[in-house]
Formats: sequence, structure tokens, C-alpha cells
Amino acid sequence: MTQENLPVAFFSDNFGIRAGDLDKVLDAALGKKADYADLYFEYRRNEGVSLEEGLVKNCSQSTANGVGVRVLADTKTGYAYTDDITIENLEIAARTARYIAQTRQSQVPVPVGQPHGEIHDLYPVKTPVNDVALEKKVELLYEIDKFARSLDPRVKNVFVSLGSEAKVILVATSQGLVVGDIQPLTRLNVTCIVEEEGKRQIGSFGGGGRVEFGFFVDNRDYERYAREAVRQAILNLSAIDAPAGTMDVVLGAGWPGILLHEAIGHGLEGDFNRKKTSAFTDRIGQKVASELCTVVDDGTMPSRRGSINVDDEGTPTHRTVLIENGTLKGYLQDKLNAGLMKMPLTGNGRRESYAHIPMPRMTNTFMLAGESEPEDIIRSVKKGLYAVSFGGGQVDITSGKFVFSASEAYLIEDGKVTKPVKGATLIGNGPDVLTRVSMVGCDLKLDEGVGTCGKDGQSVPVGVGLPTIRIDGLTVGGTKA
Amino acid sequence: MERFELSQALGREILDMAKAKGASQGDAVMVESDSFFVTVRMGEVEKISQAVEKRLGLRLFFGNSSASASTSDISKKSIEKLVDDTVRMAKVTAQDPHSGLPNAADLARDLPQLDLIDDSARAILVDDKIQMALDTEKNALTYDARITNSEGAEFSNHFGRVIYVTSHGFSGEYSGSTFGHSVAPVASQNGSMQRDYWYSSSRKFSKLESPKSVGERAARRVLRRLGARKIKTCECPVVFDPEMAPSLLRNLSSALSGYSLYKGASFLLGKLDTKIGSEHLTVIDDGTIPGAHGSRPFDGEGLPIRKKLVVDKGELKSYLLDTYSGKKLGLGSTGNASRSVAEPPGVSPANFYLAPGKDTPDDIIGSVKAGLYVTEMIGFGVNMVTGDYSRGAAGLWIENGELAYPVEEITIAGNLKDMFQNIEMVGNDLEMRGRIASPTVKISQMTVAGD
Repeated sequence: MTQENLPVAFFSDNFGIRAGDLDKVLDAALGKKADYADLYFEYRRNEGVSLEEGLVKNCSQSTANGVGVRVLADTKTGYAYTDDITIENLEIAARTARYIAQTRQSQVPVPVGQPHGEIHDLYPVKTPVNDVALEKKVELLYEIDKFARSLDPRVKNVFVSLGSEAKVILVATSQGLVVGDIQPLTRLNVTCIVEEEGKRQIGSFGGGGRVEFGFFVDNRDYERYAREAVRQAILNLSAIDAPAGTMDVVLGAGWPGILLHEAIGHGLEGDFNRKKTSAFTDRIGQKVASELCTVVDDGTMPSRRGSINVDDEGTPTHRTVLIENGTLKGYLQDKLNAGLMKMPLTGNGRRESYAHIPMPRMTNTFMLAGESEPEDIIRSVKKGLYAVSFGGGQVDITSGKFVFSASEAYLIEDGKVTKPVKGATLIGNGPDVLTRVSMVGCDLKLDEGVGTCGKDGQSVPVGVGLPTIRIDGLTVGGTKA
Repeated sequence: MERFELSQALGREILDMAKAKGASQGDAVMVESDSFFVTVRMGEVEKISQAVEKRLGLRLFFGNSSASASTSDISKKSIEKLVDDTVRMAKVTAQDPHSGLPNAADLARDLPQLDLIDDSARAILVDDKIQMALDTEKNALTYDARITNSEGAEFSNHFGRVIYVTSHGFSGEYSGSTFGHSVAPVASQNGSMQRDYWYSSSRKFSKLESPKSVGERAARRVLRRLGARKIKTCECPVVFDPEMAPSLLRNLSSALSGYSLYKGASFLLGKLDTKIGSEHLTVIDDGTIPGAHGSRPFDGEGLPIRKKLVVDKGELKSYLLDTYSGKKLGLGSTGNASRSVAEPPGVSPANFYLAPGKDTPDDIIGSVKAGLYVTEMIGFGVNMVTGDYSRGAAGLWIENGELAYPVEEITIAGNLKDMFQNIEMVGNDLEMRGRIASPTVKISQMTVAGD
């Protein structure tokens, strides 16, 4: 049996759903007035093991399954879902979802794009982390705790968590497509609290992807996670107040790519541009970044957290160029918005679960490497901030204003990295920030695999990446005016 | 496949099954919900979603070790697997002397009637819900010619039922409803756009603000942002409007959570009975307010809910604890256990609010010669271990006691420890719009970063 047929067999074996049933339900959903209908079956099992105060205090597991029925009629979406997968419930859901088509105004059908491209096999995991013996995972957590505590006597507490997910999805559409995927996902996090002379600080590091357990243990990579968490916490003990005001900022390679995600990525999602509520509306072909910047969204990178073989509408993922040498090239699309905007599908129709309606979402978003040496970039700044690690970020799509919060940053004085500064939020304007990128490093790095993006109440795993870059003038929100 | 209805009896049956497999204690939590939403945009229906969901969560103790599991599949086979998996997982977790259910003697007995559900609203027709969203949006769109677009208006309703059963005798349930509607208009001027929103949410359909009120307030909020500019970096007083001020209370409540405290991850560790804020900081947590969003007849462990003074004129009077985090700190539960289906208990406030002061919002703005009135914040720049605070903001600049012009692309920064001490004025405009609520708050000084 091929990988592609496994999800079909899975839902047939476990829930008695046969191919003929799918057509019947889709016909009921489509009715006479709708443009398109699809079904999204999902089975998901999550497991979590966590350690604190030297003890694995909790193991938890959760299982969820359900099916969502969607009907599209011009700009309208009708959606209904049930966690009790039976043909009867599917038919009820189909009728509910079809309600939307009755309110349709235009009688001109909207063509919904057909997925194209081959289906990938990006994460051929033999043994999902869910299926690894619990004892082995518990043992790893104790090992990390011991190792982290051995690194520095100032380490007072260590928290380790290992989470894993196994998800089986099946998409069936009124265009006759039936496609499934099996999506493993795992993440290991180490957080520690350090204390010195009554002062406490926290440091965190994690990683993961659509990988096996060996990803963490084969090269004892978990030791690096622990070292990084401890290093960051200790460093922050001596951090001074961050500066406040506009200054030149150098972003380190890797996770600082969250800049692209917030400043550019969301604003290029098809839904906001179709509705003309994005600060990037109608700007394709225009210059939105310096010529040094080429930004892509690529859902086809093997084993990465932000990658998927097919999106949640059954479209194979793509590599989409968003900005090429500074010029805006394209948007990220799902079926509804691509159809209405008469643009190609990009494989970015994603959803959190069967209980959610798909939307255009990012996968792995990063900037291609440039030619500058990272050392030269730092050397070029007289007075500024060097930010290498970040917490979360957020954007206001309409005004274009975005923030992201540094968790590890240093002052740059006379071309040298000097003192560590406390975490601070950086704020900028999306359509304008990349025009001020004056140097791009040759050191493109992708993040470690911990990103989760929230939009309209839905969370999906994503990735980001960035080479070291210099931005001429960004507002740093420290306390030292 | 046979599916069970959720009930207290089913919970007891599952706990009996677990006992037969050697579990010493356990609890089961069951949730069922019926939810609906419609969004409309530019006068047309955009999305409608409807669903009924059920979930079941189980936690088992074997002496002092425990594990938990949950499922959305309420069939015989699935429940048997749930019990077996939980038993298997509990075997590898550590013995933790503080673990376990609360004392049976402390469990809630006479459950209060809190008026949490509006059953009559089940009869409202879908077409009427759609009309309400359309009216709300129309009121925003027609308010001013500069309002040219919309991210849409939404109407939603949710009916939920929570059942909680323990192996040591607690068995209770409650149902509640929530209705809400909102709109996010977009205004433009000189080629630049702004978006803002307003919403109303209530457990009673009849208590919602009217579509006219929600639409017009959203319109006024977005219009006042047009033409926003950046300002020079400075130190100045910062006034938080009643939409933004609750975020300070959210920060306070997470710093007071027993879990943050015993882990050493809170800047308020060891501060009980000390001064953590100015005399204007009086904070109350009250889960007994009839009809309020955060009210419930018992907490996530079956303990009674009460009203308590958390901060009294700046003095910290109580942490927020459940049984476990309380034991870790040598204290008793404060009835703040919250329980999701999939995880062991955590802590959350019930209805958590800053007691109103005497000044009107106009008095507060009037007291500022040059400062910031914050109406929007973005980002997550708060370090709960140290209290360091830095967030993106937008709002209005106050000049000589009056709102002068809109500002954006700025940050506000300080440390929560200082910010609470520097609360200089608290407004008389408290409205319980959500579980966490606050009147207008003025902090005497923060760093505002801009140009």
C-alpha cells in the first residue's frame, strides 16, 4: 500500500467511511447553488511528557477525531463539523454547510482552482515519537535535567517538555480529489531558572520538526538545548537596561526571521489582499524591499516543522517567491481566495483542525542568503543593537505595524558587540522595514523548529529563517531613553 | 459505533473501571458544547459555522503518581483504551508527595445558582443572527465617509455544559452560554489605512449592546486613529483605556498564579502581605457574581468558589492557588483551580477586576500635561520572572490635559513592579465586559520609544 492510500484505509477501517459515501455527502453539500464542497477528516493523537523540580510529574495524552464539511458559494463559506464521524452526521453537517449557498447573490460560478504539482514525501518517519516507549522519553527528560544542572551551580530549576503529535488527514472534494497525509510532529523544550544574589532570570531553548526521536538523542543534541537555555539565562543576569529609540539594528541568523513572518508574511496572505485590508494591497510588481532582499515561503523542505506534503485543502505545497530582489511577486493562497483573485493555488490553505475553516497561512518563510560576512555587518554599525534571539511577535495587517520581542540582545558600540541588554520589543512598519535592509549576510539559517503562528484564533506550526541582516533604523523599545 | 451521552453517572462508571485497575484516586471532566458563528463582510454573509462537540478527560492517581488523558471519541472501546493508556502512563511518572485530590471535607456542597445560561436564546433563528451581524456592520460602515472597508462583523453563540466527578465523592455540573457580536471597520485617509473594532459579549442575549452601539463605537475608535504619527522617545505618564488596562491585571494574575510562584518564575514570589502597588491598586477576584463571564458554582477541583480581596490598597493579600500549588507553597487552595479536559489542573482567576476609583476618565486625561493614552497594544514583551515590560502600542497623545492627535509605531516600557507602584489614578468607569476588567488607569511614568 502506498503512503497516499493509508489515510483512505485508516478512515475506512476505523470509522467505516467508504469512497461511495464521500460522493453522496459531497453531492448533498454541493446542492444546486454552490461552487465547491470538501470534506476534511482528521484523527489526531497528542502526547506530552514533562519534568520540573527534577521529577517527571505528568504524562498526558489526548485523542481527537472529527470531520468538517465546507461549502463555497462565491465569497461565502458554509461550515459544519462533528466529532462523531458517521454518515448520518456527515449528511446533517452537509445540509448545514449548504445553508450558505441559499444566500448567494451572484449566479456567476466562481471557478475553484485544481491542485497541481506532485505530492511530496517530506517526512518519511518510521517510528513516530508517539510510538517510542514512554520509559525512553522519561529517561531522556531526567538526563537533560541532570545535564542542565551540572552546567552551572546557579541553575535553580529546570523544566523539560517533550510533546509529540500524529495526525492523519483525508481531504475529499467535489472536484473528485481524494488525498490524505500522515503528519508527525514533535518538539523538545528546555527552560531553566537561574539565581544569583537574589536575582532570578529565565532562559529557554527548544527544537523539533516532523522527525523521529533520534533527532534529539542521536548526536546528544539535547545537550545543546540545555546549554543554550542555561547560557541565555545566565547572560540575562548581567543584562543592562535596553536602549529606547530608533537605531541601526543587526538581526542574527535563524529565528530572528520572525521579522519576515510578522512584517511581510501575514500582509501577503491572500485573504487580506482580496479584501484590500492589507497594507500590501495592490502592490504586486512594486518595490517593497531593498534589492538585497529575496523572500520565499517554502512548504516543501524535508522534515521541517512548517512543511506539509499537501495543505489542508489537498493542494501539494510549493515554494512561492514573495519578494524577489526587492520587488513584490506574489501572495499566499488558499482555494477560496485564489479563485476569487484569479490567481494560482500555492498550497497555503491550512487549518488548525477539523473544527476550523482553512485560510491562507505561511509554511517556512525565509530570506535568501546575501554576500556579506556577518562580522562585516556588525563592524559596519557604529551604535546600535544586535538581536539574536526572539520571543513572539504580532502584526496589525491594516496599518502594517509589527512587533517582535528580543530575548537575547547586545549593544553594538563602534562596530563591536559589547554588553548584553534586557529583552525589548522592536516595532516597525511592514511595507517599509525591508526597504531599509542595507546588508544581507551569507549565513542563512533556519530556526530550530518551535514556531507556532496564530491567526483568527487558529494555531498552525510554521518555520522561519534569516541570514544576518542590517536594518538602518528600527525603533527599539527599551527603558533607557 | 455506540456513543455514550455525557453524564455524571458515566464519569462515576469510568472512575470505577479505573479503580478496578488499581487506581487509588481519580477525576473525570466532561465538556459538551454547541457553537455557532456567522461573519458578514461588506453587507454579505461570508462564513457560517455550526457544530456540536463532546470531550472527556480523565486523571488517575496511583498513590502519589499520576497521568491524564482525553478523547473526543465517547465510545465503549475508546473509553476502555483511555483508562488503559492512563494507567500505563501513570506507571512511569514520579512519586510526588504533594499530588492528589483536595480533602473531601473541603468540597463544594450546596452549589449556588449563578444565572449563567440563557436557554430562551436557543430559539433565535439563524436569519436573525445574520441580520444582527449585518446591522452591526452597517452602523459602522455608514457612520462616516472615511470608513471605506471592513474586516467584517461577527455574531457568535456558545452553549456549554461542564460535568466534573471525582472518586472521593464530588459530582456536579453546570451549563452556561455566551453571546457576542463585534465589528472591525477599516478607515482610510491620504492613502493610509487603520483598523479598529468594538465588541459586546454577554451570557444573556438580551444584555448585548445594540448593533447601533457596537457599530458606532467601532467607527469612532477607528476614525480617531487616522493620521497617526510617531513621536519622539521620551519618559511620560501613560494612561491605559479600559480596553487595555485589563492586560495589566492579566499580567498580575499570572504573576500570582501558584504555579508561577512555586516554580520561581514570578516577580511576586515571597511578596504576600507586602506592598506591591500604590494605594490605588485594589484587586478583587469574585467567582460568585450572577451572570458574569468568569462565574462558576465550583472550581476545577470541585472546591467552592468565593469572593476574595487579592490586593488591598497596594498590599498583596492572596495568591491564586489550587490544591497542588497551594501545598507547594504551604498554603490552602483559594478555589482558583481551572481544568481543561486534556490537562491536569492549572490556576486561573474567576472575575478578576481592579476596584474603581473616584476620578472620571476625563479627570485622568485632564491631569496629564504631556503623555500617552494607550488604546491598543501588540506583542508579548513581558518577562514574568523579572517583571520587565516592553510592548508595542498605539493611541492618542495627550497635550495639556486633552487628547491631541493619534500616535503609532511606538513602544511602552518599564517594569511591572514599578508600574504597579506608580499607579497614580484609577477611573470610576469599571464595566465587567470580560472575566478580567479594569477602569481607566494612569501610571505616572514609563518610557515611550519612537523616533
